[in-house]
Amino acid sequence: MSSTPEDQGYQSDPRYLHSHEGAQEPEHGTLKGYLTGFVLAAILTVIPFWLVMGHVIESDAVTTVVVLALAAVQIFVHMVYFLHMNSNSEGGWNLMALVFTLIIVVVTLAGALWVMYNMNTNMMHLPPMRAETLLHR
Amino acid sequence: MSDTTATRAMEPSDTVFYATEEPHPENGTLLGFWIYLMSDCLIFAVLFSCYAVFGTSYAGGPTASEVLDLTGVAVNTAMLLLSSITYGFGMLEMAQGRRARTLLWLAVAGLFAVAFVGLELNEFAHMVAEGAGPWRSVFLSSFYALVGTHGLHVTFGIVWLATMMVQVGRHGLNADNQRRLTCLSMFWHFLDLVWVGVFSFVYLVGVLR
Repeated sequence: MSSTPEDQGYQSDPRYLHSHEGAQEPEHGTLKGYLTGFVLAAILTVIPFWLVMGHVIESDAVTTVVVLALAAVQIFVHMVYFLHMNSNSEGGWNLMALVFTLIIVVVTLAGALWVMYNMNTNMMHLPPMRAETLLHR
Repeated sequence: MSDTTATRAMEPSDTVFYATEEPHPENGTLLGFWIYLMSDCLIFAVLFSCYAVFGTSYAGGPTASEVLDLTGVAVNTAMLLLSSITYGFGMLEMAQGRRARTLLWLAVAGLFAVAFVGLELNEFAHMVAEGAGPWRSVFLSSFYALVGTHGLHVTFGIVWLATMMVQVGRHGLNADNQRRLTCLSMFWHFLDLVWVGVFSFVYLVGVLR
């Protein structure tokens, strides 16, 4: 019995393929990949600076949304072209850890803003006299 | 019987119905380092949250648009991006096994990073001289905490880079040094990624608020 069907299925599982074939070659990327990432990152940096410093859009709220959206795109560009992220690196565990982290980051940021905004609007603007009477009621 | 599990069990009659060993990648260092970076990401998430909440609490002190110098930040951003790409070129030379060129690109990346930290310290010194130190308001406290933590990371990255250059100079591009340089490249690019969040959210959006 040199190889049972179970063995073959196990060996051909892409997640474990490299585990018995020696050390996995680390991803180094290519010159083209790095240059593409650099050009995209440069463009995605120049646009938000131009928008804010040149006061291109009237509404500050719109500018804020555009700047943050461009930042999200640029972070994605960095991950793909500089950090060489893909669903196969390290057997998919890189991506798993990243997704988990992103969930925590979103919960932390959105939760902090939401709770503190409510605190500010509901509790901060009592006139001093009204606060006094509430405290000593 | 050529089955390794049975051979290792030493008793031919002993049939094993469960996996005696979990499958695991041979080279777990890069995954482990990635998980460290993710934990670092959580530190930055907390600091970003602080700045998001306190970013307009000026306490009668200077506002973001008064103290933040966008031109200086644009130059700083360029320094860090150039440092990132030149480190990438170093990694490409490392993959080709060319030691001298690897060292050259690493030195260039290191110099850009030194320029970044120097400009940032200069900016902090100017702000403190104008009376906008971290003690002035909670806006400035959260600003210095976030930007300063990133700057400290870059500083330690430079120390690590210098150490690696000495290592590569002495022992060449052996397997250990290649693995370490790959970890450092993840650290280096990760810091550039965090900086995208810093210049967008702290500086550009901060000035608009």
